Amino acid sequence: MWRFYFDQLYQTLPFFLKGLWMTFAVSGISLVLGTLLGFAAGIARASRYAWLRYPLHFYVDVMRGTPYLVQIFIVFFIFPEWGIQMTAFVAAIFSLTLYAGAYICEIVAGGIESVPPGQAEAAKATGLSPYQRMRRVILPQAMRVILPPLVGQYVLIIKDSAIVSVIGITDVTRVGWLTVQRIPEGLMVFGLVGILYFSICYPLIRLANWFERRMCDEGARL
Amino acid sequence: MLETFNFRVIVEYLPLFLKGLGATAWISLVGLIGALLVGIAACMGRISGWRALAAPVVAYIELIRSTPLLVQIYFFYFGLPSLGLRMSEYQTGILALSLNSGAYMAEILRAGVQSIPQGQTEAGVAFGLSYLQRLRHIILPQAIGATIPPLLGQTIVLVKDSALLSLISVFELTRASQLMTSERFMPAEGFLTVAVFYLLIYYVLKSLSAWWRRRLVHRRA
Repeated sequence: MWRFYFDQLYQTLPFFLKGLWMTFAVSGISLVLGTLLGFAAGIARASRYAWLRYPLHFYVDVMRGTPYLVQIFIVFFIFPEWGIQMTAFVAAIFSLTLYAGAYICEIVAGGIESVPPGQAEAAKATGLSPYQRMRRVILPQAMRVILPPLVGQYVLIIKDSAIVSVIGITDVTRVGWLTVQRIPEGLMVFGLVGILYFSICYPLIRLANWFERRMCDEGARL
Repeated sequence: MLETFNFRVIVEYLPLFLKGLGATAWISLVGLIGALLVGIAACMGRISGWRALAAPVVAYIELIRSTPLLVQIYFFYFGLPSLGLRMSEYQTGILALSLNSGAYMAEILRAGVQSIPQGQTEAGVAFGLSYLQRLRHIILPQAIGATIPPLLGQTIVLVKDSALLSLISVFELTRASQLMTSERFMPAEGFLTVAVFYLLIYYVLKSLSAWWRRRLVHRRA
């Protein structure tokens, strides 16, 4: 029986690879947009303007305090009621970007705050513009603190992208869910889905660990 | 936007929401206890220095951390019956939740234990304390204080993750809003109300964590 299902599963493999591609597309686009949003929000959150900081605090709290499943339901089911129509793909990317942006905002703000204030003051004394200070002095130093958790966060977002399957995006998780209706071997089907996720996430986790070790070493050398 | 928001329906369905809130709290609590037990066992296995024990534990932690919780839930939900194991949706969900969070808890606990300098253990050995005595009187009292905030952070994640159990038709907060939405076709009222409930839980746990951090600093000073 196992052998029979295994052959069937083998035949549906192209379907799984298509799903994997969809997972790549959704999480990849959301990660790029989320990183841009997160950096912009993080720099604003680390600034001294209260009118920027407090709304961003609230945004981050809302995104981190509610399940992503509820967020995607809100975007997909409620926004149309308010006259904002979007396809499932756009809704998935929109919600995942907002979600990723909040976590990345916290990481970036933490990184910027870890840079000693003397650095910014010295850069100011040298006559650098605010943009130059951020770009040339603060961010390069903050990146050491930002990079390891950022890569770790990417892994979490890729894993959370499995949830977009509930609004009908045919990613790997949904392919598994559809397949298990025909091939009733849950262990095998979702074992395969797990292996596909593992092949993406595990190298990234190793990369994050490697960054962490390297950044620690560099810090020690200073 | 909000002029069409129907508060009366929310009040009407409040008992359902509160029941869902109770179910979420209950599932999270049982899941948390399970995750702590799994996490403590996995952490002890990993730092035991005993390869035959540490290797499978590391494999378990890496497997859990590299795959989505939703896939793990489906794995158990669709997979256990084919092994001949019949479990209710509740049990399956709590099992998946505990095993998932347990892996993260194990890593948090390990970081806590390893943050204690080796000299502390050596001093304990020099005093002639046994392994359990060292753990009980030297390592754990120091490790627990610093690990409470990240453990609470993981608890927040656990509460949010429990929303996924609604997908295998476990009744909890998110499921309550889905039920209401399908009865009344009012997704805005349902999902936004539930989001507020989750946010409340989040703020309670977050301020608990902040309070503990302050206490920790006071005690050190």
